[in-house]
Amino acid sequence: MRRTTVAPPAKRSAPATGARRAPATTPSRRRGPRPRGGWTPWLYLAPALAVLGALLVYPVYQLGLISFLEYTQAQVSGGEPTRFRGLANYTDLFADDQFGQVLLATVGFAAACVLGTLAVGCALAVLLTRVRALPRLALLLAALGAWATPTITGSTVWLFLFDPDFGPVNRLLGLGDFSWTYGRYSAFLLVLLEVVWCSFPFVMITVYAGIRAVPGEVLEAAALDGASQWRIWRSVLAPMLRPILGIVTVQSVIWDFKVFTQIYVMTGGGGIAGQNLVLNVYAYQKAFASSQYSLGSAIGVVMLLLLLAVTLGYLRLLRRQGEEL
Amino acid sequence: MSRVRLPVRRPWRLAAEATALLVAAVVAFPLYWMLLGAFRPAGEIESTEPRPWTASPTLDSFRRVFEQHEFGRYFVNSLVVAGSVVVASALIAFLAATAVTRFRFRFRTTLLIMFLVAQMVPVEALTIPLFFLMRDFGLLNTLGSLILPHIAFSLPFAVWMLRGFVRAVPESLEEAAYLDGASRARFLWRILLPLVLPGLVATSVFSFISAWNDFLFAKSFIISDTSQSTLPMALLVFYKPDEPDWGGVMAASTVMTVPVLVFFVLVQRRLVSGLGGAVKD
Repeated sequence: MRRTTVAPPAKRSAPATGARRAPATTPSRRRGPRPRGGWTPWLYLAPALAVLGALLVYPVYQLGLISFLEYTQAQVSGGEPTRFRGLANYTDLFADDQFGQVLLATVGFAAACVLGTLAVGCALAVLLTRVRALPRLALLLAALGAWATPTITGSTVWLFLFDPDFGPVNRLLGLGDFSWTYGRYSAFLLVLLEVVWCSFPFVMITVYAGIRAVPGEVLEAAALDGASQWRIWRSVLAPMLRPILGIVTVQSVIWDFKVFTQIYVMTGGGGIAGQNLVLNVYAYQKAFASSQYSLGSAIGVVMLLLLLAVTLGYLRLLRRQGEEL
Repeated sequence: MSRVRLPVRRPWRLAAEATALLVAAVVAFPLYWMLLGAFRPAGEIESTEPRPWTASPTLDSFRRVFEQHEFGRYFVNSLVVAGSVVVASALIAFLAATAVTRFRFRFRTTLLIMFLVAQMVPVEALTIPLFFLMRDFGLLNTLGSLILPHIAFSLPFAVWMLRGFVRAVPESLEEAAYLDGASRARFLWRILLPLVLPGLVATSVFSFISAWNDFLFAKSFIISDTSQSTLPMALLVFYKPDEPDWGGVMAASTVMTVPVLVFFVLVQRRLVSGLGGAVKD
C-alpha cells in the first residue's frame, strides 16, 4: 500500500466500512468475480486444463519420475529393464564438479542478463517519455524489430557481427581477429549482449505504457518541487510502477534463467570444453548427446525447483503489498 | 491515459532526442547488417574490410536458400504451426481467463498460482518426457508434435496476461447483456471477445514468437520425415560451426524474420496499448 500517499494504511481501515485490500489507485474497480456460476467456470477452464494436464503436468511428473530411475539408451530401446535408483542421480549430480560450475554460471549469467535488460529497458522507457513523436517512433520501431527477430536468427546475426574475420564490430573497435567465442567470459558477454538486445523491448514497452498511465500532474508537481530526474524516478515513478516492475522482473528472471537457443547456437552447444554451459543446455546435452536421460531429467528438476523458489518469493512479495491475484 | 508532459528544458530535450535516435540506430544495426549480408555478393561478405553498404546487390544468397530442398514446404510448415498455436491458445486462454476473473470458485487462487508456476517449467528439460509422449501417441514426425506442446507452453502466460483485459470489462455491461436476454455464450463470444481483442493480440505475439522460434522440438521430434520440418532447421543447414555460409545464413534469417516483422507492424498499435492494459493493475 505504499504506492499512493492518499490511501490510509490498509490495516487501519475499519472493517465496518468494508475494508477492501484492493489497490487504492483503482478505487473504481470492484473486485470482479461473483460468487455464482456453479460449473460454468470449470467448463470454461476445461480445454486449458486438459491441454496443460496432458502436455505440461504429465510430462513434469514423468520428468520427476525419470530423475529417480536409471534411464539410458539401453532402457529406451527396451534392452534392459528400468531400475529405481532413488536419489542416486541427484547425488551423482551434486558430486560432479562440472554441475556446480554450471549452476554457478547459470545463476550469474541470468542475474547479469536480468539486470542488464531491466536497466536498459527502464532507462529507455524514461527516455521515450522525454522525446517528441519522431525519435520516439524510431526507437519504438527499432525495439519492435529486435523483439520480433526470432531467437535463432538473432543468434546467428550477432555471431556474424562479432565474427573475428568478417564482422564489423572487431573492425570498429580495432580488435583485429579477436575471437569472442574462444574465451569463457567474452563468449558469455557476447551472448549477454544478444539476450539484452532481444529482451529489453518487452521491458521498455511495458514500462513505457506504465509511465504513460501515471497522471501527468503528479510528475509536474514533483518537478515543480525541484526534484531531479533521478529523484522523480526513485521516489515517484518507481513506487507507482512497482507492480509493473515486479511483473517484468519476474518474467525476465524466468526467461533469462532458461536461455537455451542463444547459448546453444552462439557457443556451439556450450562452448569449448563446456565452458559456456548453462543448466538448460547442460540438461539437453546430458540427455540427448550422451543419452543419460535420468541425469538430464534430474538437472531439469533442479532448474524447476530454483525457479519455483523465485515464484514463491514473488508471490509472498505480492501478498505483503496487499495485492490480490 | 494522460500523456506525461514534463517541463523539459530545450537543450535537454535535444540531447534526449539525439540519444534516442542513436540508440535506435544501434538497436536496428544488427537487422540492417542481416539484410545487407543477405543481398551482398559472396566475395563481399567474406571480405576482411566490411563496408556498411554494398555496390552490387544480388539475390544469389536468396537463390541458394530457396533452391534448398523443400524450402517452401518448411516455410508453410512453420506458418501452419505458428498459426494453429496462435488461434488455439488465444481461444483456450480467453475462456480460462474469463473463468478465473469473472467467477469466484474454490481453488481459484490455487489455479492462478499454478498458471504462474507453469511458466517456470523449463520447456527444454521437458523435451525428454515429451519425446516419449509423442512416440506413444504416434505423433513423432508430424506437425502435431510441434503444435500441441507449444499450445501448452504459451497458455499459462496468455491466461496470466489476459486476466487484466477481461477484468477491465465492466460488470454492469455483463448484467445489462443478461437483462437484455443474452445467453452466457452470446455474451462471451459477441460482447466479451471483441472487447478483449487487443489483449488477445498482445498475447498472440508471444505465442506466435515461441512457436515460430522453436528449433529444439523440431530438431528432436521431426527425426526422419524432413518434409515435416520447419524453417529453423533450414537455417541451420547453412550454419556449420567451422565454416558457415554467412550469405546463406543471412538470407535465410531474413526470410525467417520478415513474416514476424510484418506481424509485429500489423499489431504494433494494439501491442503497445495491450501491454499497457495488461499491467495496469
